[in-house]
Amino acid sequence: MMKRDACFRILARHITDEAVVATYSSAVDWVEIAPRVLNYTSIGAMGLDSSHGLGLALGRPDKRVVVLQGDGSLLMNLGSLVTIAAVAPKNLVHLVAHNETYEANGGHPIPSPKVDFAALARAAGYAAVYDLADLDSFAQQVAHVLEQSGPVFATLHVEPSKPLTYDYPSLYDPAKRKAFKAAWQARS
Amino acid sequence: MDSAAANAGGASGALDGSRIIAAIKASGIEYVLSVPDIVTSAGLLRPIAEDNDLRLIRVCKEDECIGIASGLSYCDKRALILIQHTGFLDSINAIRGIAVEYKQPICMMIGLLQHDPELAPRASPRYGVRIVEPILDDMGITHHLISVDADVAKIKPAIDRAYAKSEPVALLIGRSPT
Repeated sequence: MMKRDACFRILARHITDEAVVATYSSAVDWVEIAPRVLNYTSIGAMGLDSSHGLGLALGRPDKRVVVLQGDGSLLMNLGSLVTIAAVAPKNLVHLVAHNETYEANGGHPIPSPKVDFAALARAAGYAAVYDLADLDSFAQQVAHVLEQSGPVFATLHVEPSKPLTYDYPSLYDPAKRKAFKAAWQARS
Repeated sequence: MDSAAANAGGASGALDGSRIIAAIKASGIEYVLSVPDIVTSAGLLRPIAEDNDLRLIRVCKEDECIGIASGLSYCDKRALILIQHTGFLDSINAIRGIAVEYKQPICMMIGLLQHDPELAPRASPRYGVRIVEPILDDMGITHHLISVDADVAKIKPAIDRAYAKSEPVALLIGRSPT
C-alpha cells in the first residue's frame, strides 16, 4: 500500500505539459501538490473523469492526458474502460487510486474491496496495464507508464488518507475552466 | 423553447435521414457519440457509421457522452450526442452538472422511443416521452422537435447557437428518419 499524496509527489516530478484530470480526493491531493493551469477538476458528475479524459485526448492527439480517478468513481463508469480501449487513444494514461472506500462520501467501503481493476482494464483491451502497490516500484516505473503508447492503465493501491478538506468552489471554479481551455488550446 | 412545434406535434410527413446528416455536417460536427437508439438506428446511426466525414464513438452508457463531449469542447471540437430518450433520462445528473451548471455546449439528438409522430410529445400516452420536454424546460435547456423534413432547418442554427453561447441544446427526433 502507498500513501496517495506520496505517490502523487513522485508523479508530479514527471508531469510537464500534460492535462491532468482529477476529482474528489485525488483532486484535493493533486492540486495541493501540483497547482497548475492544466489541472482539469470540473467533472460535473461522479465517475465521468475517465470520459472527460477521453474527450480531451481525442481532441488533442498531439498532447498527453493523465486521468487520476478514484476507485468509487471508476465503479460508477466501468463501461468507460471498454469505450476507452475501443477508441484506443495513444495519448491517454488512466491511473486509479484504489483505497477501497468512497473517501469523499464518508469513507464507506466500495461494494467489493477486492475488485481487480487492472484485470478489468486488461480484459477491456488497454494497450498496457500496471498494478502498483509499492512506492519504490511506482517511482521506478512511473516515467515508462507516462511515456508509452496508450491507452495505459494503472491501479495504484493506496491507503485511505488523512481527513481532507474538499474545497469544491475552488475545484469547480469557472475561471479555472476558462484558464484551462485557453492553456490547452494555446499550446502548439 | 420550440413551443410551436411542440404544440403542433409532428405533422404528417416524412423525415429524411440524409438531410439530417447533411445538417449535422454543416454544423461543423466532427464527432458523433452514441448508444444505439431504435428510432434513429436505420436512418441515422447506420449511415453515420459508414460516413468518413464523421467519427462515430460508440459508448457503453449515455452519460459517458456528456463527459467526452465536454472534453472535446475544450479542444474546440464539436460533438453530437445521439441517444434515446431513456438514455437522456439516465444521464440527467451529468447533464445537470456539465451542460447546465458548467454551461458547456452539449448538443443532444434524442430519439423519442415509441412516440406517435402525429402527437405532440407532451400529449404522448407514454410517460417516458411525455416528461422529456417538461424536464428540459425545468433545466432551462433549449429544445427543438424534429419530426418532418421542414424541421431539419432548425438543426444547424441550434448547434451553432449552442457553441456560440456555450450552452446545451436538445434536438428531439419525433419520427424514425428513413
